[in-house]
Amino acid sequence: MKMGIAEALRKAIHGEMERDTSVFCIGEDIGIPGGYGGAFTVTLGLEKDFRERVIDTPISEIGIFGAACGAAIMGMRPIADVQYGDFLFCAMDQVVDQIAKLRYMSGGKLKVPVVMRAPVGVTGRGAQHSQNPESYFMSCPGIKIVAPATAYDAVGLLRSAVRDDDPVLMFEHKLLYGSKGIRAESGSVDASSEIPDEDYTVPLGKGVVRREGRDITIIGSLLMMHFSLQASQMLDADGISCEVIDPRTLWPLDLELILESVKKTGRVVIVEESPKQGGVGAEIGMQITENIPDYLLAPVTRIAAPNTPAPFSPVLEKLYVPQPRRIADTIKRLIEES
Amino acid sequence: MSKKEIITEIGREKLSGMLRKMLEIREFEERIRFLFLEGKMPGTIHQYIGMEACAVGVCSALQKDDVIASTHRPHGHAIARGISMEAMMGELYGKTTGCCRGKGGSMHMGDLSKGMLPAIAIVGGNIPIVTGMALAFKLRKEMRVAVSFFGDGASNEGAFHEGLNMAAVCNVPAVFVCENNQYGASTNIKRVMNIENIADRASAYGIRGDIADGMNVLDVYEHAKGAVDRSRSGEGPTLLELKTYRLCGHSRRDPNNYMSDEEKEYWEKKDPLPSFEDILKADGILSEEEIAEMKKEVKDSVQKAIDFGRESHEPDPGDVTRGLYVTMEVPQ
Repeated sequence: MKMGIAEALRKAIHGEMERDTSVFCIGEDIGIPGGYGGAFTVTLGLEKDFRERVIDTPISEIGIFGAACGAAIMGMRPIADVQYGDFLFCAMDQVVDQIAKLRYMSGGKLKVPVVMRAPVGVTGRGAQHSQNPESYFMSCPGIKIVAPATAYDAVGLLRSAVRDDDPVLMFEHKLLYGSKGIRAESGSVDASSEIPDEDYTVPLGKGVVRREGRDITIIGSLLMMHFSLQASQMLDADGISCEVIDPRTLWPLDLELILESVKKTGRVVIVEESPKQGGVGAEIGMQITENIPDYLLAPVTRIAAPNTPAPFSPVLEKLYVPQPRRIADTIKRLIEES
Repeated sequence: MSKKEIITEIGREKLSGMLRKMLEIREFEERIRFLFLEGKMPGTIHQYIGMEACAVGVCSALQKDDVIASTHRPHGHAIARGISMEAMMGELYGKTTGCCRGKGGSMHMGDLSKGMLPAIAIVGGNIPIVTGMALAFKLRKEMRVAVSFFGDGASNEGAFHEGLNMAAVCNVPAVFVCENNQYGASTNIKRVMNIENIADRASAYGIRGDIADGMNVLDVYEHAKGAVDRSRSGEGPTLLELKTYRLCGHSRRDPNNYMSDEEKEYWEKKDPLPSFEDILKADGILSEEEIAEMKKEVKDSVQKAIDFGRESHEPDPGDVTRGLYVTMEVPQ
């Protein structure tokens, strides 16, 4: 059955809660009858089947992530939810100091199997509801990070995350949810997939080649994966053959897949929706440079947002987020110059 | 309850165990203070001298499968909860025999298998975690209680507000024990709080607030027992404030010059150890000789723990990347 990410995740969470009574959801506005089912409808209606295990909280991100941490240590498998990824910063101590470090601090004795879900993306809301904070957490050992770009992967990664014994932070993109009704997003991109009936998973730490090509590798997650695919189609007309890689998991990175691709193409751009400074591209790019310098025909290149917060003005926002045209033009120049 | 009634309720064996724990904490802290000053122990320490009645009074009111969470000042809680002093010394020396295999150190002392989460050294950080532990008990319908220890300073943190409010609205079996020792490092509580009693903050969350004399182990026990029993029977969380005092510096070389001599003298007279000994002697629970014998045993067991910690193996260099993830190695 074909589903968007929001609907597919809802079914996947329902399935996990049915399969394992230690799984519960905790967050703001997630299970209020007549409410939204979280900011983007992912948990809509789950409370009908699991009233005790869909916990609506006060607006208290420290409380949500702290409670998830404590419950996980005691053997539960919480799925904790923030309305916007930006709000993770309110809970930074619980995520970075507690959830990420408790197992190590305990000498490897504790397990903290928390799933943390966070919607991201620059989407018409200005600087505090539009961040892509992935790179902050990539510099925090102890957390695994996933970022599904399709409904198929969202389901498979959610199942893997819930069943994994380590904390997993899952970034979801507002423009890819396919949320319906009053929570529909303008500018949405279709990320729906056929969702098989069987209980499949997508393993953590495994990326995927979305399109094979010869001349250059494009690496992008979430919305940037879709824009990278669009850019690669534009470049077909110029006779440039692009390979598009979707890392799916940002930590641990599937370096094997990335390095194999770049060895073949000799060129790589990393596309990200967040500022270039200290970003995801910096980490992926340096991994490539350190590991296979002799294979590079052109400098490793980042295509990113400017080093500013996200602006509100729709005109500026469009300049801020790397668009398919900008990705294609950058690649064209890179190929011409190398 | 009258003092007599509490003593009868607790019973001779448990009372004597409580005194032993308090003596162990005092001796343990006194010894490591000198090991630090002599440069023989790594890291930093935050000591519990003067506050022994708090940890022992509360932990004596718990059952085996209850859990506690502590702070950057956790040695007293760990001893009171029953973590072996050998495992604690191993941890203080950063050895593999430590309760956290040398990865935690003084500020992360604990062992969940003994009912104590490795201590959380971010002020207020354990409060919402304890709410979550208690939530797990509630969801699974287990008759267990989770206890958070924190200081007066933590009650000014956002985590206190969020953790207590959420515990209140979720009605989870948690007890929040505020050890009000009146100082956040060198800052007196009066400079950072306009109210007299932290327990008053309970009313902001619609939960019960209670105050006990943190220098009197029997008073602490009585109030803690009430809070723990209420939590266990589904009557919700309590904020229990223990009025206490640090008869030592905030951390390793702190000479606590910010405390006046009069104030120090006032609180030294309230030292929880001699007063408890007097009560036990007066009530015929323990004789002078029995207490002297106990002190000797405690001295020996702390010495044994120090030797154990000192002589234990250093970690293997490979341990630096062990014990982070359950299901994978640390990526390069």
